[in-house]
Amino acid sequence: MARESDYGVNDLGLKIATVNGTGSASANGLLLQALFRMGIPVSGKNVFPSNIQGLPTWYEVRVNKDGYTARSPNFQLVIAMNPESYARDIEEVVSGGWILYDNTRELDDEFRRDDVTFLGIPLADMCVEHFQGSRIRILMKNITYVGALVALLDIDMDVVKGMLQEKFASKQHLMDANFTAIELGYTYALEHFDCPLPIRLEAMDKTKDCVMVTGNAAAALGCVYAGATVGAWYPITPATSVMDGFTEYCRRFRVDPDTGKNNFCILQAEDELAAAGMVIGAGWMGARAFSPTAGPGISLMSEFIGLAYYAEVPCVFFNIQRTGPSTGMPTRTQQGDLMLCAYASHGDTKHIVLFPADPKECFEFSVQAFDLAERFQTPTFVVSDLDIGMNDWMIPKLEWDDSFVPDRGKVLAADELEKVENFHRYLDLDGDHITARTLPGVHPKGAYFTRGSGHDKYGRYTEDSDAYVEVMDRILAKVESAADHVPAPEIFETDGGKSVGVVSVGGCHWAVLEARDALAAEGIEIDYLRIRGFPFSQAVEQFLEDHGTVIVIEQNRDEQLKNLILLETSCAKEKLQSVRYYGGQPLSKVHVIEGVTPFLTREPMEVSQ
Amino acid sequence: MSYIKKPAARHPKLKVNSLGLTIRDYEGSMSTLCAGCGHDSVTAALVQAFFELEVEPHRLAKLSGIGCSSKTPAYFVSEAHGFNAVHGRMPAVAAGANAAHRDLLYVGISGDGDSLSIGLGQFCHAIRRNVNMLYVLENNGVYGLTKGQFSASADIGSTSKGGVANQQRPIDPVNTALSLGATFVARSFSGDKDQLIPILKAGLSHSGFAFVDVISPCVTFNDHQGSTKSYAHTRSHMHEVIETDFVPLRTEITTEYSEGSVQGITMHDGSVVKLHKVADEYDPTDRRAVLDYLADVGSRGEIATGLLYLEEAGVDMHGFENTVDGPLVEIPFADLCPGSKGLEEVQKEWQ
Repeated sequence: MARESDYGVNDLGLKIATVNGTGSASANGLLLQALFRMGIPVSGKNVFPSNIQGLPTWYEVRVNKDGYTARSPNFQLVIAMNPESYARDIEEVVSGGWILYDNTRELDDEFRRDDVTFLGIPLADMCVEHFQGSRIRILMKNITYVGALVALLDIDMDVVKGMLQEKFASKQHLMDANFTAIELGYTYALEHFDCPLPIRLEAMDKTKDCVMVTGNAAAALGCVYAGATVGAWYPITPATSVMDGFTEYCRRFRVDPDTGKNNFCILQAEDELAAAGMVIGAGWMGARAFSPTAGPGISLMSEFIGLAYYAEVPCVFFNIQRTGPSTGMPTRTQQGDLMLCAYASHGDTKHIVLFPADPKECFEFSVQAFDLAERFQTPTFVVSDLDIGMNDWMIPKLEWDDSFVPDRGKVLAADELEKVENFHRYLDLDGDHITARTLPGVHPKGAYFTRGSGHDKYGRYTEDSDAYVEVMDRILAKVESAADHVPAPEIFETDGGKSVGVVSVGGCHWAVLEARDALAAEGIEIDYLRIRGFPFSQAVEQFLEDHGTVIVIEQNRDEQLKNLILLETSCAKEKLQSVRYYGGQPLSKVHVIEGVTPFLTREPMEVSQ
Repeated sequence: MSYIKKPAARHPKLKVNSLGLTIRDYEGSMSTLCAGCGHDSVTAALVQAFFELEVEPHRLAKLSGIGCSSKTPAYFVSEAHGFNAVHGRMPAVAAGANAAHRDLLYVGISGDGDSLSIGLGQFCHAIRRNVNMLYVLENNGVYGLTKGQFSASADIGSTSKGGVANQQRPIDPVNTALSLGATFVARSFSGDKDQLIPILKAGLSHSGFAFVDVISPCVTFNDHQGSTKSYAHTRSHMHEVIETDFVPLRTEITTEYSEGSVQGITMHDGSVVKLHKVADEYDPTDRRAVLDYLADVGSRGEIATGLLYLEEAGVDMHGFENTVDGPLVEIPFADLCPGSKGLEEVQKEWQ
């Protein structure tokens, strides 16, 4: 539990509890962006229900001067706007913390705590008094609490007002209402409370080379930059905003100025099976094509994914993971599809998988995924999750090298085909396991029959054992050779011994980094490797070999990453320990520290060397 | 054994089209279907249609799902690109391919299991999306490769080879296509080449989804007495509503045609389809009237055939999506990637 002495400037966990569908998202977004513009490292986590209107929803804001952006380990301030969730919201604030609530209707005694400070503001009354119409009153209640926070936390009012001016430049009446609401909250707080609170904020200069963005928007932009022209999808939380983003950026950059026509085609399919088929059809023609989906979509696409694997058709799938199995908890995060993506489809299959940890990598891996898919002529997965995909992340500004040339892989052009006597689709001529492909419509000599049924290296239908095995073995060697081309693991090594190493993946990264620093401050140093691609490279194998104990940290019940390591490396089972959190929230350093501690204390001497 | 090469010998007097190709150049590998299979006749009709339409083989994309019918793309136009998709999912692959490369000619071959059971959803949505392609459903009422189960097109009372009568209501693909708004709907019979070839040619010239249901008997599992998809039953119950003439652009340019029972419709590519109506009151451009007429014919146990409905002015998938006129695959990367300047612009909004 936090004590008064723990509080410092620019170090705050803030939780806002509201009802979904009441416009709180824009108020919370305003707050987050204001802090970002004050130059303070900040992150926002939206914990929302699978519902359109009326259920409890939360927004967590973490301010951290040191730049830690993982889920806040605790909350000093809770804005309790939803009586239905009062009990749990009030319980969640640390001892010595603050609870801001609407005292238009006074709190029941059962919710009272004597170790926290209650800050009551008659938000509903104030909004009824100052605004006409029920909708605007509901909306402005949210803006009013932002106004109160401006006073309570010492947020720069000019920044907030500047943002409202930008946002409502063309809607004067809304700008007026927002200004009134901000002032109402601000003035009330100043007059009634001892402002600012000890958890106040102060402008810094730590965000000037950064941007604030979601992973899905960044992934979508990556698809535009990769030159993808065909996107096929079926709406699904939490992947929908990938296609929303792709649509937005395509409309901006891909509409022919002369004709007004689109240099892209977005197909909303009847289901994920069709979406996968469309992507494969487009890939067959030579277009860069992709489908964003979540676990249930990958389940449905699996048959098609096997076809693309066996017939060697490039295609890219984004899996924005949510909590499974089945429908699971669609608005909660998890890393439950690692195995699914690595081996999707029946029969012997293995796929290239990229694991971004933040929106910056979502952008970069998105571009790289299309290169890998075309180079290796195989389905390639970008496996993100709801936390990375839908939450606002502060990341270093994205960069683009204008000399970038996409890797289209071995594709024979018309003049090359002219010189070929006979083209055979699956004949490995140079021993690198990758065979040249041709695109329909280019040259009569390039024609071949793409099929998911047994075929020999000449592309002919076969039921012959040796001919079948020969192709299957080459495809395996081909996919495994991608290990050197997927993003290399990120390794954080200490000077100390090599007894304990931690391995993690994707969005776990930020909590692991924070926990690692916290442990180092206690004198416990751990080496850390973050996996960024599958098949695993030699560097992963080496790290496993170098460490006596390897703790695998991941967000699923079944130790999927650990099992993938066991299956795909020579690491001994006894060496691997598992730390799992799979409750659907983003990982925080608390999960990591609590999880790894038992394994560290078992060998304290070796660890502290 | 579909890869056994047919002998290259060619009769010196074989007709050559304007591309210098003979009909043999539109053939594929040897069929492995049962001798007498209706599907082989459909293949032959397609070969004839491609030859007569002078299609450049490598500009043709032929697709299928899974099943006996879906094997047939291997048996025509060897120099076309083929895609044998998964069961019932060919329409999605065709839609994606067409989205990427709209300038190729697309032909999809499916069956009644492929289109009306496992792939019914995709079939319906390809119609809604109006994917520009010729879609041939080789309809025999039975699953052949798995040895004779009823398919969803089997009529009530039609018996299996073992004598069991089907009790479930059939899905009529023509009715389905019409009610979903298909712009080209035809039904024909594999045993009636004279009727089938002009329909296939008209379908290939159609701008949008051209649906052709072809009754194509299964000689092994569904050609017995008691089957309503046998050669004998189809021949004796066929009711030809429309006789179709296909007039290519080169031969004759006639836009107006309405002399009595003949109706002329100009296709998107300038060719003309002449529809000779058997019944004067039949209007192949009036969807509701066609549905009513077909219901009457069907209630008499007859099988209405011909190019039953045609609407040439429909909007296709690319129209809905407002895509550029040329193939997306041919757009240079430089025109697709907004570069560092674009990135700078976008990121201003992220601050």
